[in-house]
Amino acid sequence: MAEYKGVMIYCEVNEGKLAAIATELLGCGRKLADALGQELCAVLVGSNITGLGKGAIASGADKVYEVNDPLLKDYQTDSYVTVMEKVVKQAMPQILILGQTSIGRDLAPRLAFRLDTAAAMDCIALAIDPDSKQLLQTRSVYGGNALATFTSACSPQIATVRAKAMSPLKPDASRQGEVIAIKADLDPSAIRTKVLEKVPEEVAGIKLEDAEVVVAGGRGIGNADGFKQLQELARVLKGAVGATRPPCDNEWVPDAAQIGLTGKIVTPDLYIGVALSGASQHLTGCSGSKSIVAINKDPEANIFKVAHFGIVEDWKKVLPAFTEKVKELLGG
Amino acid sequence: MNIIVCAKQVIDPEAPPASFKVDPSSNKVVPPPGVSPVISPFDEQAVEAALRIRDAQGGKITVISLGVNLLRDVVKKPLYMGADELILLEDESFAEGDSWSTAYALAMAIKKIGEYDIVFCGRQAADWDAGQVGSGIAEILGLPGVTVAKKIDITDGKARVERVTADGYEVVEVSLPALITVSNELGEARSPTLKGIMAGKKKEPVIWKPADIGVEASQVGAAGRRTGLLKLFQPVREGKCEIIEGASPEEAAVNLALKLREAKII
Ligand SMILES: Cc1cc2nc3c(=O)[nH]c(=O)nc-3n(C[C@H](O)[C@H](O)[C@H](O)COP(=O)(O)OP(=O)(O)OC[C@H]3O[C@@H](n4cnc5c(N)ncnc54)[C@H](O)[C@@H]3O)c2cc1C
Ligand SMILES: Nc1ncnc2c1ncn2[C@@H]1O[C@H](COP(=O)(O)O)[C@@H](O)[C@H]1O
Repeated sequence: MAEYKGVMIYCEVNEGKLAAIATELLGCGRKLADALGQELCAVLVGSNITGLGKGAIASGADKVYEVNDPLLKDYQTDSYVTVMEKVVKQAMPQILILGQTSIGRDLAPRLAFRLDTAAAMDCIALAIDPDSKQLLQTRSVYGGNALATFTSACSPQIATVRAKAMSPLKPDASRQGEVIAIKADLDPSAIRTKVLEKVPEEVAGIKLEDAEVVVAGGRGIGNADGFKQLQELARVLKGAVGATRPPCDNEWVPDAAQIGLTGKIVTPDLYIGVALSGASQHLTGCSGSKSIVAINKDPEANIFKVAHFGIVEDWKKVLPAFTEKVKELLGG
Repeated sequence: MNIIVCAKQVIDPEAPPASFKVDPSSNKVVPPPGVSPVISPFDEQAVEAALRIRDAQGGKITVISLGVNLLRDVVKKPLYMGADELILLEDESFAEGDSWSTAYALAMAIKKIGEYDIVFCGRQAADWDAGQVGSGIAEILGLPGVTVAKKIDITDGKARVERVTADGYEVVEVSLPALITVSNELGEARSPTLKGIMAGKKKEPVIWKPADIGVEASQVGAAGRRTGLLKLFQPVREGKCEIIEGASPEEAAVNLALKLREAKII
């Protein structure tokens, strides 16, 4: 029987380009492959993806598998799991890494059960154990209150990795690699779901996950009007507005503004958390920020445990004066 | 409509972070004293999703919880909310499972129940945050699945599911029977009414052991695991926050702006 060998990265495609998470995973995969002395391969699945393989090679892959088929235009569990099952059975990687994204969250566990193996979700660190050569999968558990390192003797070892947890390599267009096309061979009747509509709920302005400054509000902001003040500060700082879960649940802001374990992961230069307590599930999404500022009236609030600068006051009294002063400083 | 909901008892995920403790010698979480466990919040929302469908078109809701030391008042909450029946997979051999062994046992219990149109799970359990068991059950039972749902409409033997994505949502149609995992965007789960609690108190949960669902004790819980937990630890937070003061809140605000400028952060 053939042996499982090498590292495989599932590369997501976004608006016709390799997604940021794909290059992050290739950076991480390169290190793992080198530690094992094995090959790094990339998988691209979709419709109209031909040509993107070069980008994956420039970002670290030795080999690219492309599965191009009109039936793969939208992500659907049945079609993508079937295709990935085929790719894995052909390429036999020892390790398969996906992103902890809308797709990865759905695809990884289902594929793991299909392949009769195990997955570790939302890893923030991956390493090769020097002795056993097994993959050490470190992930956050209990809402970010703890970290846990798992191993599995099953093959392939599947892991999803959190956005922004890994660094991409500098793309090198001179890198060489092989691109292999795999036929999807899908039976349309075996796809039991149908995507009827995609409804974007984009927040206007700079994308939250790309912003260098994030102004986030919590339950203590009180209503949608309060968030207008945060928007003003974000505008002055050329940043984006984010939120904890309660403002999203209360429809003060769109769901897409949620930062945290089940929301977006942000790592801006400056994160300003206003009237939020700093629950572990929220900090999961912002603790990688370079500087953290907290405004909260409760000196015991957990956010002060991770913040670098803080003010213990009612935000309503602090924010207007702060925004004014920032405007003045940045204007002059 | 026959609906099954999988609901897990967990340590309260919203207990103060400072109360969270790990015992490094046993690699286990020490339950915070005086804090009652709860039904994992997304699972309460899965119960809510089931109740909304039953409210609209009738049917029966069966809830399954797997674990050990299941507190009756905790696991009965779905009954208090209005679910019809509660099955407990409660046995020492179910303890310390991983996504695999848990999904397998739940799938076998669902198979035993036999008649169902929808199986609901939470998007992830608020203890290990895996988000795998729903997909695992679907795969074992050969069901189509839709994950991270915020709205479910049933018409003509099909479900129309709004599935939350990073930047909005997509509307997915799926044939029934299907497995659907539920997210908080569904909206708040209803609180039990006094009448609901009275009715729920009178209902006795059905208890199933491994043999009742046709599996060996060696296939479930710790024995059925495919992953090993090497280490469980708490991340160290540095905790050196500089509190900016001022004669008034406004002055503190100005001082903060100056400080950030001085530190070249803005
Ligand atoms: C499985 C799971 C996943 C979750 N995922 C996420 C997630 O991805 N993202 C997320 O954010 N949450 C998530 N949560 C919820 C999380 O546990 C917390 O409930 C939530 O983050 C709390 O939001 P908050 O800090 O805004 O509210 P609270 O905890 O209620 O805090 C409000 C804060 O505002 C302060 N305040 C009130 N009024 C004022 C005022 N006038 N001036 C100054 N300060 C004031 C208070 O002192 C308090 O500290 C999740 C929970 C679970 C169980
Ligand atoms: N022990 C359990 N008992 C009942 N349901 C469970 C159990 N473990 C997991 N589930 C269900 O599976 C979902 C996902 O769990 P997990 O994959 O562990 O994050 C949960 O939200 C529950 O609906």
